[in-house]
Amino acid sequence: MTLFQIQGLTRDFGGVRAIDGLDLDVDAGEIVSVIGPNGAGKTTLFNLVTGMIPADYGVILFQGHSIVGLRPSQVLELGIARTFQNVRLFPEMSVRENVMVARHCRTRSGMLKAIFRTPSFRREERETRQRAEQALAFFGGRLTGWRFETQARSLSYANRRRLEIARAMAADPRLLLLDEPTAGMNPRETQELTELIRRLRDETGVTIVVIEHDMRVVKGVSERVVVLDYGQKIAEGSYAEVASNDRVIEAYLGRAATA
Amino acid sequence: MAEPTVAVEAPVTAEGDLLPARQVDLWRAVRLGLVGGLTAVFVSANGMVEAFSERALLGRVTLGSLLLVAVPLLVGYLAGRPPPVLQGFATPRPGRRNIAGGLLAGLLTGAVMAVFVTLIATFDVRRVLLNVTPQLVREDPRLLTFGLDLGAGLVLILTLDAVLGAVAGTLHLLRERWRRAVFVVALWVLAVAMLQPFVVQVLRGIQAELRIWTAPLADFLYEPSGALSVLGAVAVAAAAFVVHVLLTREGRRPLRARLSSVPDRSRRLLRLAVLAGLLFVLGLLPQVLGPFLSEVLNIAGIFLLMALGLNLVVGVAGLLDLGYVAFFAVGAYVTALLTSPQSSLGVGWIFWAAVPFVVAAAAVSGLVVGTPVLRMRGDYLAIVTLGFGEIARLLFLSDWLKPTFGGAQGIIRVRDITIGPIQIADPQAFFYAIFCFVLLATYVTYALQDSRIGRAWMAMREDEAVAEAMGVNIVAAKLSAFIAGAMLAGFGGALFATKIGSVFPHSFNVIVSITVLVVIIVGGMASVPGVVLASFVLVGLPELLREFEEYRFLIYGALLIFMMQQRPEGFIPSRRRAQELHEEEVAQDAWLGETSRAGPP
Repeated sequence: MTLFQIQGLTRDFGGVRAIDGLDLDVDAGEIVSVIGPNGAGKTTLFNLVTGMIPADYGVILFQGHSIVGLRPSQVLELGIARTFQNVRLFPEMSVRENVMVARHCRTRSGMLKAIFRTPSFRREERETRQRAEQALAFFGGRLTGWRFETQARSLSYANRRRLEIARAMAADPRLLLLDEPTAGMNPRETQELTELIRRLRDETGVTIVVIEHDMRVVKGVSERVVVLDYGQKIAEGSYAEVASNDRVIEAYLGRAATA
Repeated sequence: MAEPTVAVEAPVTAEGDLLPARQVDLWRAVRLGLVGGLTAVFVSANGMVEAFSERALLGRVTLGSLLLVAVPLLVGYLAGRPPPVLQGFATPRPGRRNIAGGLLAGLLTGAVMAVFVTLIATFDVRRVLLNVTPQLVREDPRLLTFGLDLGAGLVLILTLDAVLGAVAGTLHLLRERWRRAVFVVALWVLAVAMLQPFVVQVLRGIQAELRIWTAPLADFLYEPSGALSVLGAVAVAAAAFVVHVLLTREGRRPLRARLSSVPDRSRRLLRLAVLAGLLFVLGLLPQVLGPFLSEVLNIAGIFLLMALGLNLVVGVAGLLDLGYVAFFAVGAYVTALLTSPQSSLGVGWIFWAAVPFVVAAAAVSGLVVGTPVLRMRGDYLAIVTLGFGEIARLLFLSDWLKPTFGGAQGIIRVRDITIGPIQIADPQAFFYAIFCFVLLATYVTYALQDSRIGRAWMAMREDEAVAEAMGVNIVAAKLSAFIAGAMLAGFGGALFATKIGSVFPHSFNVIVSITVLVVIIVGGMASVPGVVLASFVLVGLPELLREFEEYRFLIYGALLIFMMQQRPEGFIPSRRRAQELHEEEVAQDAWLGETSRAGPP
């Protein structure tokens, strides 16, 4: 079943066409990797999907409905959550609060309820807190216990990346967009996260699209690989198929110097 | 729990291998001395010394002369301070160089001052510097030369400044604990001397209200001139010293630790007792303080109410609003319109009937200001809101709206707050009204911060784009922050209108916005205790010590520069800010074996 579909998506930045007539289908429960050289338009793709920048042309369908033109908060509410390439947490808020923010769209109480501390407000707060702690517990003991109260900014780099994933997961997404989740991690942490991405899908059934540069991770997690270059899809298929594709090799290594 | 291993080994271990200690830098002392000299010249030339000489502190020492001698003391202390010890360097042994540094700095301060004194004694510079009056050097009381003739005065300035600098440098020879004791004692004596009207009123008030014989204490402490008596100063110094020594004695456990070892039941009793004591003190406070001091508290309280509101907007939600006074004005004008029988509406309702309308009008004005600035952040937002603040004042002042708001004449005869038959008119009764509102505002601040909407505000402050991507509706979050802040300012305005009994457009100029902003910056962003303290110190104190009034904004400016350099997180920072600005990055990476550790290191 197709969960998510892109048709003819195009976006220009001045004279540069960052995404050029891109078509992409993602089935429910899949893990898809998006790879490509620097500047291929991978992160722009995520920004377009989540509504952080508007598309010039094209259709984006999520569960059969168009999400073009929606605000990022509405896109998240429909069930598409993302992480960022250059980790973007709320540095002065505690680890738990960071994750609780993501529950914003799943909760309702406003200012008056907060002031009067109504029973429904208390219940909602308790549930938000539990849900946040549950999302953090997915990473074992790394982000739980006393870490709940520490500020996000005092976390290690790897833990910041984990916290970002926990934050995205707390919004109960159907589709999770991970932007280079292992960048800056050491090999052990990378290995751990690779397993974790699979476990995430298996346990929660969330569909995952991941941008990745580390080919071991791509090989380890993805059921399908999509290769972008200059905003166009140049190849698609299993890791083995893509790895032996001439156009992909050319995009990464340059044209062979043939006479 | 495993001891975390220290990552960096000292390069050398044996004492003999250490690099020689870094010594007091005498060039730095020279620079500090010159800066000190210029500071002393500045406060003399702008008239502060003369204005402050009205207040006697101790014997013949006035606040003005204290200002003059404080400069060499300060630069002497700073110049004599040993440089920070770096790893691998020996710790410098305190000695002659600390004193020499202080002496040099003090001497240079005196030299600069001597040049200035000679200059103004020889030439008349009043045409350029208006505040350089003959009373500074030429005529009695010759403030800058401490009453002496020019020649003797110059010698006195040079020797006095050098000696004071050296004395301040000598402080570094003392051990930490005793050095602190000197500061504590000096601070207490200074505070008791400066706050003379306050202390006298409290002591007399306690006697009048509680029939405890405290008034003679006031006569003991102060002379009829208002200066501290010598015996009084000695008594205050001795008391401060003894308390300090007792509090810092070795092996003393901090209060928190002792509290947590008290059994649960007695702790609950203790908390009740503290609460009862607080209520008792608060109940008597306005009576003890008398009308004037209560009035000072009330003014500070109204600013506190506004500061709590602005704290939500700027401190929590991160929206820099420089036109905050607009909401204050709306609250005041709505109250005046509805309760004054002489306003254009002429309904003359009671205060409480006007409150819902104040809330509604403030909320609407928050919406009106918030909507057009939805797409702006940071500096742009600040500039636009600054404009809105002025627009509000000019509208209330305008001829166009004169039939409604009365133009420059404003609206008079605003009704007092009434509770049944009781009229809250005098400052003492008004204190309770303000206190209730402040308590309410404090509760609302805490409740909102710890809620879904508060988290949305904080997320927006940290990173607007990410907050939006994480599901926060930025439009709703921004508007609600503006509305919440506007409502608190509206309450402040309503109380202000009934307290003064009339409203005029000129009460709502940009200075009010700036003052409130300074209060929350100095107190500490997003920190309620900090905001409370700062509004009493920055708004209450200048009301109490009238000579500060003229130099209020100079002092605000100096304080802001100092705060931004030394304590950017404010006097009492909120927990988060303090960590952000001072704590070292904690490396908590996987190889430290983090999962095995149970508690914070």
